[in-house]
Amino acid sequence: MSLRSRATTSVVLMAAIALAATACSSSKSDPLSGASKAAGSGSTVTIGSANYPENVLLASIYSQALQAKGVKVDEKFNIGSREVIYGQLQSGNLTVLPEYNGALLQYLDAKATAATSTDVDAALQKALPSSLEILNSSAAEDKDSLTVSQATADKYNLKSITDLTGQAANFTIGGQPEFKSRREQQFKDAYGLTFKDWKPTADTTANALKDGSLQVGDVFTTDPRILQLGLVALTDPKNLFGAQNVTPLVNKAGVNPTVTDTLNAVSAKLDTPGLVALMKKVSIDKDDPSAVAKDWVKANGLG
Amino acid sequence: MNWLSWISDFFSSPDRRSGPDSIANRIGEHLAISGEALFYAALLAVPLGLLIGYSGRGAGLVTALSGTARALPTLGLVTLAVLLVGVGDTAVLIPLVALAAPVLLVAACEGVRGTDPDLRDAARGIGLTHRQVLWQVCVPAALPALLAGLRTATVQVIATATVAAYVGLGGLGRYVIDGLATRDFPLTVGGALLVVLLAVAAQLLFAALSRFALPAGLRKQRR
Amino acid sequence: MDGEPLVRWYWIGDHLGYLWGLLADHAVISLVPVLIGLLLALPLGLLCTRFPRLYQPLAATFNVVYALPSLAVFVVLIPYTGLATQATVMIPLTCYALAVLLPTTVDGLRAVPDPVRQAATAMGYGPWRRLTAVELPSAVPYVVAGLRVAAVSSISLASVGALIGRGGLGYLFIDGFQRTFPTPIVAGIVLVALLALVTDGVLLLARRVLAPWAGRETAVRR
Repeated sequence: MSLRSRATTSVVLMAAIALAATACSSSKSDPLSGASKAAGSGSTVTIGSANYPENVLLASIYSQALQAKGVKVDEKFNIGSREVIYGQLQSGNLTVLPEYNGALLQYLDAKATAATSTDVDAALQKALPSSLEILNSSAAEDKDSLTVSQATADKYNLKSITDLTGQAANFTIGGQPEFKSRREQQFKDAYGLTFKDWKPTADTTANALKDGSLQVGDVFTTDPRILQLGLVALTDPKNLFGAQNVTPLVNKAGVNPTVTDTLNAVSAKLDTPGLVALMKKVSIDKDDPSAVAKDWVKANGLG
Repeated sequence: MNWLSWISDFFSSPDRRSGPDSIANRIGEHLAISGEALFYAALLAVPLGLLIGYSGRGAGLVTALSGTARALPTLGLVTLAVLLVGVGDTAVLIPLVALAAPVLLVAACEGVRGTDPDLRDAARGIGLTHRQVLWQVCVPAALPALLAGLRTATVQVIATATVAAYVGLGGLGRYVIDGLATRDFPLTVGGALLVVLLAVAAQLLFAALSRFALPAGLRKQRR
Repeated sequence: MDGEPLVRWYWIGDHLGYLWGLLADHAVISLVPVLIGLLLALPLGLLCTRFPRLYQPLAATFNVVYALPSLAVFVVLIPYTGLATQATVMIPLTCYALAVLLPTTVDGLRAVPDPVRQAATAMGYGPWRRLTAVELPSAVPYVVAGLRVAAVSSISLASVGALIGRGGLGYLFIDGFQRTFPTPIVAGIVLVALLALVTDGVLLLARRVLAPWAGRETAVRR
């Protein structure tokens, strides 16, 4: 095509932008919230999930449990970050989301200081808009943890972070690169622990614990390598790592008592070791989240 | 809030002026990866296309192969490449080269095949070797087709390089993907606008090239 | 990948029904837009041959459309057509298809040699009869060539829809990527390519039936 036609191209482009700008100037202030849809209670429950495997698995568990109770379910999994799907829940395009209470609270209120599960849930009920509510939190948590190998745990009789007192000075600790700057002082203040050395082992932390180059490491509590490599996550009695309980977040208009009761029953059965076992099936054995969820629902008498 | 204010939000943010998220840096990354992909694609496809076009053997195969290659989904190739070779430029180059190479292959092949047979016969008749005919007759005659192919490939590569951001790499796709992830609409719209502007700029560049870089005789020939 | 094989064959065997469902969804979201694009390209193309001044700006507009990154268009449409809906993915794909089909349709309609057109008029054909009996059939090879390009790109592009929750086989790419599991990715690539090849074959066959006089290849600009 000739140069002149390219000039036309640019003119047309400008015109198109101007047109689009005027045509859309009346649109809503928050475009990603999507076209709002009236969510009728009792009809179909639309379950969404964020775009990472654990959240898809949790959404699958909710879905299978609800289907087992005869609730009609529409699955919209793996669709985006919290920012995107939370807006969809508010507008009623989604009815149920698997959430983590601590992270959700941080998202709604960056200055929130609540650390225990109870405090976080109480703060959340206040921070959420009136159209949304959280149901019961489960015991399952996905958060940072100080983790040791089974051998280390047996040798020094370690169960909680408190048990590290007296040993920390001989232990090398590892985690994400920012782990040291973020947590070193907190370990001193809350538990009186000073470690021998800090290593930025990032994603290899779990493996470094296994091979002994680290004695303590920051590993996510649902990392399936905890199961695969036989690691032990120490409990955190001082709540240095804030609560991150798996909690259903729902749009009130879209749920009825059957839905609420079913999801609360799921929360009552879900704990961290259970979630780790399920995550191992999904991430390492490559089983389908829906199949893993279905088995879990059956095995826990919810199906 | 409307589109115009999103666009002005995008361009007026201080993050756009310096640092890794600045427009200059993102455009630089985008052009670097696109240019690298086009370079490798041309290195691979153009000589092969010229040879096949000249010999006339395997031209049908070229068309069939390029059709298949066009059907390969970029998102699939880039995710697979990341799993196989790790996050890095190579992982993005693989799908982009796969996108551009078939276009260039067909353009080179068709360009040479489209040379007037009388012209080739005449060149052979005055005693030129095959190599000389290819370089002195067919390649200049194929230039317009090659440039057109390069233009198409460039536009496609620039538009598609956006996907690189999904696997954590840079370029203008960062704006689009990060804007989607953080519900920052101006970021997405601004990023898309820059990609289009870049593609249009590339088209203008090629229009100018095909006008000024061609032998005078050919320019006259093509209206 | 820590010893993960490129393909776990049993996974494919266990998921045939699942893959078939994704393939069907993929075919709908990628090919319906091409059909709509064709339905729009024919009248627009006719308009452009009757009013040649229209063609240049229209072609230029679609040239710009073609350069739009698909993901960005999907995102921009979400507020109007919803997240993870068919419409959000199909509207941009229709525009891409139209961008390819409009120039090829116009080329096809213009390809009728003037003597042929005049002969038709001389034989007493009215404008409508001339269109259906002479101009449209002559355009078939061009339109089919455009359709082949449009269909294949549409099939390949539709997978990007997976990033906004609706991408047919594209879901296999993000699922495999997130779980460091190449098997679904490979299956997805192969199925997308197969769908494209089969569609291409069907279009070639259609051309042979509709325009048996046409040569083996008709070049397309893109």
